[in-house]
Amino acid sequence: MKSRLVLWTLAAVALAALPPVALALGEPFYVDLVRRIMILAIAAASLNLILGYGGLISFGHAAYLGIGAYAVGILAFYGFTNGWLQWAVAILASAVAALAIGAVSIRTSGIYFIMITLAFSQMLYYLGVSLEVYGGDDGMRLKARSQLGIVDLNDPVQFYYVTLVLMLLAVFLIYRIVNSRFGMVLRATKSNEPRSRAIGFAPYPYRLAAFVIAGALCGLAGALYGNHTNYITPSFMSWHQSGELMFMVILGGMASTAGPVLGAFAYLLLEEILEGWTEHWQVILGPLLVLSVIFFRRGLAGIFYKPDA
Amino acid sequence: MSEGLLSVRQLVKSFGALRATDGIDLEVIEGETHAVIGPNGAGKTTFISQLSGNLRPDGGRIRFAGDDVTALPAPRRARKGLARSFQITSIYKDFSALHNVALAVQAHAGHSFRFWRDARRDEALVGPARQVLEDVGLKDKMHVLAGNLAHGEQRQLEVAMVLATRPRLMLLDEPMAGMGIEESQRMIEFLSALKRRHTMVLVEHDMDAVFRLADRISVLVYGRIIATGTPEEIRANQEVRAAYLGEEAG
Amino acid sequence: MTAILVFEQLLNGLQYGVMLFLMAAGLTLVFGIMNLVNLAHGSLYMVGAYLAVAAIEWTGSYPLGVLLALLGTLVVGMLTEVVALRTLYERDHLDQVLATFGLILFFNELIAIVFGRTALYTSLPEWLQGHIELIPGSIYPVYRAAIILVGVAVAIGLWYVVSRTRLGMLIRAGATNRTMVAALGINIRLLYTLVFGFGAALAGLAGLMAGPIYAVQPGMGELILIQVFVVIVIGGIGSIRGAFAGALIVGIVDTLGRAFLKPVLSHIISPPAAEAAGPALASMLIYLLMAIVLAVRPSGLFPAARH
Repeated sequence: MKSRLVLWTLAAVALAALPPVALALGEPFYVDLVRRIMILAIAAASLNLILGYGGLISFGHAAYLGIGAYAVGILAFYGFTNGWLQWAVAILASAVAALAIGAVSIRTSGIYFIMITLAFSQMLYYLGVSLEVYGGDDGMRLKARSQLGIVDLNDPVQFYYVTLVLMLLAVFLIYRIVNSRFGMVLRATKSNEPRSRAIGFAPYPYRLAAFVIAGALCGLAGALYGNHTNYITPSFMSWHQSGELMFMVILGGMASTAGPVLGAFAYLLLEEILEGWTEHWQVILGPLLVLSVIFFRRGLAGIFYKPDA
Repeated sequence: MSEGLLSVRQLVKSFGALRATDGIDLEVIEGETHAVIGPNGAGKTTFISQLSGNLRPDGGRIRFAGDDVTALPAPRRARKGLARSFQITSIYKDFSALHNVALAVQAHAGHSFRFWRDARRDEALVGPARQVLEDVGLKDKMHVLAGNLAHGEQRQLEVAMVLATRPRLMLLDEPMAGMGIEESQRMIEFLSALKRRHTMVLVEHDMDAVFRLADRISVLVYGRIIATGTPEEIRANQEVRAAYLGEEAG
Repeated sequence: MTAILVFEQLLNGLQYGVMLFLMAAGLTLVFGIMNLVNLAHGSLYMVGAYLAVAAIEWTGSYPLGVLLALLGTLVVGMLTEVVALRTLYERDHLDQVLATFGLILFFNELIAIVFGRTALYTSLPEWLQGHIELIPGSIYPVYRAAIILVGVAVAIGLWYVVSRTRLGMLIRAGATNRTMVAALGINIRLLYTLVFGFGAALAGLAGLMAGPIYAVQPGMGELILIQVFVVIVIGGIGSIRGAFAGALIVGIVDTLGRAFLKPVLSHIISPPAAEAAGPALASMLIYLLMAIVLAVRPSGLFPAARH
């Protein structure tokens, strides 16, 4: 336990040291890159709550990334640039959407659940495409970044530190949740559902609650993401994005606190490297992913320590 | 006759053309240990599953502690005090023995929508769990991963989890399944000690256990109860001997 | 909004439904028999479309091109099964989802490398162009009518094979009792590869028929695949009957919705609002339908018996 705290502190320090180092070396690009990775790490961590710990194979999690981003974008479109307001709306809207989608989907299981969550996120994607006023398929520019008052998101380094703090907070929050009574029920239901029902736990309310929490947290990631890219498109909600999030969770190691963060770094850095080689990098990434599933399922976190018991 | 703690009337369950439960009537009196025996395929596990809420009967009704629970889902029945152990071991393989039982304690400690405090160190959960494990005899295996326990120890853990829910009635589905002679003896002694404080419905094949533990026995053949009575009455019953005991050695 | 217009859109819905059925049948067969969730099914649709484009151009003949495309997709399907999917039968659904997701990326990019990213449009031979008069006063494109005929023929053929032939019996038996069938000396591996190949060919057929109507471009498979999922959820997993019912329902509801929701809405709410809300609602229609069906029948309308 102590060793984990040490590792996390080291990681936090390393990440905090990156901007000054990168700027000193004249490579501001890395600030942007790592910021993007950290934002998606928050999204991956939120997915890990329901997928890794809850056993819910949700293939539509990117929907909340999109909702969060669009909340910021649409409010900015109409002149509401207060970041606190925007982000609160992003979180709330995602939570409501997750409640609606989860209420229907969680009644099902197995292959049905996978297809249904995918279908609902695709529905939202098409909704985004059909709303011409917000750019439709092409998306829209963010009018202005969220105004937070105490920090200026237009400064890449300040934005970076905001993201770093939020990522650490998100990870910590999820850590507390999965070890609380609530988290125990979630994990128990994943481990053995009939046993859980036999001792008196009804899975549905707990799963739904976890689904909503995960959605809300992903909505926050979406708000950050929209600010980061400065351009908001329906592709944020695509099945492709959902699949990428799932891979980050798996590659990093499910049901572990560090997993999604490690996975996000591994996956996105790999993408970055491959993109540098060829524009057709997906023809390499695809088979790599297939091989990783076939041969290497324990994930990266398994290298550092045993998964949570 | 006043209603027992568990009262079953005309329970019916069919799977296609097969009538697995064919009109069962049963009364379980509070405080008694009531064994259900019968040849393989008689429908014992189907019956227990309907009592615990894992299976919905096609007809008939089940009353528990005065309330009609026929349509009540399994988790709700468990919280009312109707607890069940499984014939095929069903524990949390990736949790320690202690946390297995702690979860059972937690299920009966109010709602679990608590998101912050660490449940692994919560004395309110871990304390009682430790106690139950001690009672069952698994104290030194507390921190072992349940999946790594020996088969007999896992069966003990099953019973421990039922106990931890402080049940009013325990449904034990072949608790000694797959156990060796020594382990079975220990389990029988343990269940014997529980008799005084608990009401039990015990499904078992082990006749030694049945005759030592049961206050009353019901014999289930082809989905129907053909006889209910004290062990002596059942031993002497001609129909039972013909249908069941006569086929068994001694 | 005349009756004739409605009739034409109904036919379009039928045509789209038939294509959905071809995809859904293959997907549900593979899932029902091999317990494999295959996200790359859409890629086979895409492969069929592209192979048709290439083969027709190469041979100069439509029928020959179609045949080659079908065979080609069959081969690609079987190759994929042998190389990448065999190991997945034993794994859980999550692994299958992730692995086949990787396959999608691979196929999409491979096609982009070979054919480029811009959408291709295929032309039809003379004898498939033009219109015919189905009912007095209404003319309908020959090609779309042909698609409906082909789809219905395949549906009948499938029903016949699965319920009336020994092969169908084998397939159904393979689903319910693998060891038994294997013990009879039948090569399960070969059976699975053939079933998968057949599903691939159905997807390829849908793809090559789609070419002249919809854009042929990388990623086209995923767009239709998700609607196929809706079909399967509504119809019930593992059942061809469910796939057929679900496909027709989804095809018709989607087509009619896109055609008529906006005009209908503009009678109820103001035209400018209908202008925005119409298309948005229309695109969400089948998903809302799916949610409703799930609320009432969680296993779909015609689920296969559990094995």
